[in-house]
Amino acid sequence: MHATISAADLRLAQAPVETSVSVRDLKIAYGALTVLDSLSLDVAKGEFLVLLGPSGCGKSTLLNAVAGLMDITDGEVWISGRNVTWAEPKDRGIGMVFQSYALYPRMTVAENMSFGLRIARLSKAEIAERVDRAAKLLHLTPLLNRRPAELSGGQRQRVAIGRALVRNVDVFLFDEPLSNLDAQLRAELRIEIKKLHQSLGNTMIYVTHDQIEAMTLADRIAVMKGGVVQQLAPPQEIYNRPANRFVAGFIGSPAMTFLNGALKGRAVDLGAGVTVPLDGYAFAEPARASGPAVLGVRPEHVALLPAGAGGAVAQGRFAATGTVRMIEPTGADMTLWTEIAGQPLTIRAPADLSIRVGDAIGFALDLTRASLFDADTGARL
Amino acid sequence: MTAPSASAVVARGARPRTITAGRIGLYVFLAVSALYVLTPLYVMVVTSLKSMEEIRLGGIFALPAAPTVAPWVEAWSTACTGLTCDGIQVGFWNSVAILVPSVILSVLAGAINGYALSFWRPRGANVLFTLLLLGAFIPVQVFIYPLVRISAVLGVYGTLPNIVAIHIIFGLPITTLLFRNYYAGVPVELFKAARVDGAGFWRIFLQVMLPMSTPIVIVACILQVTGIWNDFILGLVFAGRDNLPMTVQLNNVVNTTTGERPYNVHMAATILTASVPLLVYFVSGRWFVRGIAAGAVKG
Ligand SMILES: Nc1ncnc2c1ncn2[C@@H]1O[C@H](COP(=O)(O)OP(=O)(O)OP(=O)(O)O)[C@@H](O)[C@H]1O
Ligand SMILES: [Mg+2]
Repeated sequence: MHATISAADLRLAQAPVETSVSVRDLKIAYGALTVLDSLSLDVAKGEFLVLLGPSGCGKSTLLNAVAGLMDITDGEVWISGRNVTWAEPKDRGIGMVFQSYALYPRMTVAENMSFGLRIARLSKAEIAERVDRAAKLLHLTPLLNRRPAELSGGQRQRVAIGRALVRNVDVFLFDEPLSNLDAQLRAELRIEIKKLHQSLGNTMIYVTHDQIEAMTLADRIAVMKGGVVQQLAPPQEIYNRPANRFVAGFIGSPAMTFLNGALKGRAVDLGAGVTVPLDGYAFAEPARASGPAVLGVRPEHVALLPAGAGGAVAQGRFAATGTVRMIEPTGADMTLWTEIAGQPLTIRAPADLSIRVGDAIGFALDLTRASLFDADTGARL
Repeated sequence: MTAPSASAVVARGARPRTITAGRIGLYVFLAVSALYVLTPLYVMVVTSLKSMEEIRLGGIFALPAAPTVAPWVEAWSTACTGLTCDGIQVGFWNSVAILVPSVILSVLAGAINGYALSFWRPRGANVLFTLLLLGAFIPVQVFIYPLVRISAVLGVYGTLPNIVAIHIIFGLPITTLLFRNYYAGVPVELFKAARVDGAGFWRIFLQVMLPMSTPIVIVACILQVTGIWNDFILGLVFAGRDNLPMTVQLNNVVNTTTGERPYNVHMAATILTASVPLLVYFVSGRWFVRGIAAGAVKG
């Protein structure tokens, strides 16, 4: 079905797929406002699923519904083979980590982590052992007697993760756990979470609107918009074969360039006499032959041609020329703005090229990695 | 505070003018207001320390020539209220007996209400809350007769539990409002985390929310202590003869006089009655401001 096969796909293919969390025809409404409508989603055991989407699309709502913290209007939630639609949060076998840490302010780190265990009346020895283990794993041992107010943001979030960890549950739910942290801490903790997942093998559902987090952590990403899952696929497939124009524009930085045109058989006419042949493009079946279409090209899939190279490019590429309108250096790379067929085009180029605004450049679009969308519905063609 | 001449940064431009006609007017106004409030207090204190002979002879602003605490002792232990002559102390202990359970229970009930309304949001919570607030704006007198009837039917009229229950009822709107607003500033994730940890209604309240509510508990206690201590009408109506609070006893002391009025004893009794709220304000002013200011809570 898709060209690239990721590690996650292989893993799912090897073992018989065991579903860990299953959301079936979920409907959730706040009064008259329906936030989720017949949403279905299966998460495999041990999978790291990332929910990605713009603010207000219903990611937290979905996560809260899985956790049992929210009234469900219609539908079912299954966890580890049990219908938990009406079960209390504590009986669902989940642990949850929140964006705002949500640590109990009057309890020490150790008390924060053991609160749930004490409620469950575990033996003192068992509690101490679990807290110790989680504290070691998260480098919290020296902090066990501190209060949350005496911790840094990163430490607080590690305590929150530890509180979920000690519960020994199958499913972890994370609601934007890193978005209150600065960039460096975020990168550090991201790696810690990834390691944690690799060593524990729990199922994780992780909400974020940071696409780097999504791409680096996920086995599969569910891209959401307006309460609807737009695409559910491994990160590479989301990146290479976005299911629609929204997903294409949401993933990738700098964002994909969209060129308006008309489909003419196996080519797209961008106007101004520019017709781009799509020989290398993998059309979805059944292939459409005409109608308004949008050609999506990622800035990193446009290559600058050396001066004087002429129009000779490899199969599946399309060469054109343009004038540099604007340059934005971003460290290792720079982003160039030019035009093709009168429409703006973004190019990502190495930062060490000596190109200035106003220069004439030649470039080639890699059409094997381009995307083509229906201009009206936005669906991939 | 030292001369800034050596420092690198020197203020330039006109100094802010600290003395203007408006400022002077303001200070005069404040001084007059303070005088207006403090003069009676001064008169009360000096009068309470004079003997009756001295009161008869001297002016009311004069300092006591031979200060005596005899009027205070009399006010406290032997002044007559109606037929009994046990002093204002009876009222003091009655007020304490009314105050302690009323304050504890009304603050606790307000905290539970505010917590439930903020986090559990039962159906109709908003309607309930609106009604409660409306109740706070209706004059107390409107409720007195119905409450007397209800108390009588329940057979508790004129008892200590009766007056305590009445104080709890009338305290609920304000304490609920205080705690609801306080908890509105607590991130709802804290509540959710506790639920995931398996804590129920009471455990979340007692172990998570209440321990972080100290500032607002203090504010609510201050409001309730002063409000209940200063109450007259409810105590008069509902407390019954044996439990009349200090304010009512004070009124009785002042009005039960045959012959010459012992002003010094009356002044002492009044100051004694006012001393509890005064003490609360002096001791807790700092806490009060802090509690009011503590809107948001950082996790
Ligand atoms: N308590 C509530 N009452 C009414 N509407 C709500 C409530 N909570 C969320 N909503 C609405 O539901 C929709 C989805 O909210 P949700 O919190 O799930 O979004 P989100 O995807 O998590 O966004 P973000 O990335 O900003 O956290 C939004 O339109 C929001 O306005
Ligand atoms: Mg959210």
